Amino acid sequence: MRKTVNQRAWLFILPVLVLVAFNAILPLMTVVNYSVQETFGNNEFFWAGLIWFEQVIESPRFHDSLIRQLIFTFSILAIEIPLGVIIALAMPRKGAWVSVCLVLMALPLLIPWNVVGAMWNIFALPDIGLMGYGLNALGFDFNFTRQIGDAWFTLLLMDVWHWTSLVVLLAYAGLVSIPDAYYQAARIDGASSWAIFRYIQLPKMKRVLTIAVLLRFMDSFNIYTEPFVLTGGGPGNSTTLLSIDLVKIALGQFDLGPAAAMSLIYFLIILLLSWVFYTLMMRNEE
Amino acid sequence: MARITLDNLGHAYMPNPVNPADWALQQLDFEFEDGGAYALLGPSGCGKTTLLNIISGLLVPSRGRVLFDGEDMTTRDPTARNIAQVFQFPVIYDTMTVRQNLAFPLRNRGVPAAEIDARVREIAEMTDLTEMLDRRASGLTADGKQKISLGRGLVRDDVNVIMFDEPLTVIDPHLKWQLRSKLKELHRRIDRTMIYVTHDQIEALTFADRVVLMKDGGVVQIGTPVELFERPAHTFVGHFIGSPGMNLLPCIMAGDTAMIGDTPIAVANAASVKPGGALEIGIRPEFVGFADRGLPVQVTRVMNAGRYRIVETVTQTGQTVKLLASNEDEVPSEATHLSFDPAFTRVYRDGWLAGEGRGA
Repeated sequence: MRKTVNQRAWLFILPVLVLVAFNAILPLMTVVNYSVQETFGNNEFFWAGLIWFEQVIESPRFHDSLIRQLIFTFSILAIEIPLGVIIALAMPRKGAWVSVCLVLMALPLLIPWNVVGAMWNIFALPDIGLMGYGLNALGFDFNFTRQIGDAWFTLLLMDVWHWTSLVVLLAYAGLVSIPDAYYQAARIDGASSWAIFRYIQLPKMKRVLTIAVLLRFMDSFNIYTEPFVLTGGGPGNSTTLLSIDLVKIALGQFDLGPAAAMSLIYFLIILLLSWVFYTLMMRNEE
Repeated sequence: MARITLDNLGHAYMPNPVNPADWALQQLDFEFEDGGAYALLGPSGCGKTTLLNIISGLLVPSRGRVLFDGEDMTTRDPTARNIAQVFQFPVIYDTMTVRQNLAFPLRNRGVPAAEIDARVREIAEMTDLTEMLDRRASGLTADGKQKISLGRGLVRDDVNVIMFDEPLTVIDPHLKWQLRSKLKELHRRIDRTMIYVTHDQIEALTFADRVVLMKDGGVVQIGTPVELFERPAHTFVGHFIGSPGMNLLPCIMAGDTAMIGDTPIAVANAASVKPGGALEIGIRPEFVGFADRGLPVQVTRVMNAGRYRIVETVTQTGQTVKLLASNEDEVPSEATHLSFDPAFTRVYRDGWLAGEGRGA
């Protein structure tokens, strides 16, 4: 059969192109536009070159936020990924309890993010919150609004509570897709539970875990709502993560130029680290 | 390295079986002799995989016992039974090389490294995997992967039995033959009991010394491939084995003579047919020939099957009788007669061979 060559296919992808242009490319270009200009109000803009980029890269404030952000993201990854896998392994594979477990796991994911922040804020309050009050009653001096360590503890715990389920669900999906024959063969080969995990379950979960790591990395690097509601970035600046800092600069101080430059740097860091993660996890794939 | 005895075995997947249909595996007594090559043959859902899993220890039977050399193994796990199994779909450890895959069962059992190395080399040689030993197992083709599965079964030299659960399902047709002859060769070489589950009669008949033919959870006939072909114990065997299957023609007994309509037919088991039940004459197409006198038929169709032809004829009462004719033979084009070889013509009562077992 002869293939007909024409340009009609472009028509079919046009709607997608328009959609992507309006929700991603155009806003990003606006940001690029702001990042190289200076304004003093009145909608007047002046060319500023790369000044804002230099300013952001050299700014200790940005460095601090970035370090806090990296500590936060790597901490939650180090907790949520192994914990999610352990919970998924412990979940039943068949029977009535499967649905119960899945619904329980899905619940935290269904709660609006600002509600999660508000819940944990109240939960952790030292005077009236169950956790805060309980910890103090047990003899710990717990006050997340005043002590940096306590603020971080609450922040990490909240994220683990909110998002470990996502890892669990992905890992579980990977686990149930393993045919029974693999487990039977392993039993016949005399494999220990650890060997089964190491040589069957983990390799079979690799793809979904890659997705889990990437999703959790990107989402946690962008996190705003929950810490904003929980601590507002405090005490002091101790829990001011990148996005909170960015919003302070852009909307608090209306420094559009530096905020735009920071957005772009922020975006490039996420892109770079995602690529690193992906390459590392996929390096043995044929 | 063991004689395997199935003692009054039965299995139902539901908790309280009432009807015979509730049993995936009906009452079964059988003995697998040490070193034999057996095939469990039957259509899908006949219980052959259930039986295999009971022998391997992946399933505990609802009733009866499994004995290895007289020792009760019914509730012991696969490791304790020291068996090997090759599954329908190749099971390999993706992240390991071929060498590591083959060594895995030995490593799990704490065999010294030097011994593992020697053994893996030997098995790789047997299964033609030597060239690929250091390649990642996940990169191999389906038949290569299935060879790894097989190799993992062979690598332990003390396994009691190696079981195959339709191992050639995902293999390309032209490689099936190769792998099958490989299996046969390996069986001769290592002299280990092998049980091969399949729904493919050619696989079963070429591999096994003894074939266990199953249907609806029960064993219909156990015998050598020749016995199953020449002396089917049930019309199902006659139909399931052979291509085309056995001809079946309703008949009546007039004294010691079987009659199809008005035509007397000489049969091998006339004397043992007891009265009652639905009677049929079973005769394989291979043992039917054209003759001047005998059963009057009309030739309706001639199909070319390569080295021979399948001739379809119809009797005066509308029954189809198939026979084989060589390409040189002349096939009569109109009314003719058929003769049946009396040694291979038998009467079946209610499906069972008259005068034997359940047909007695």
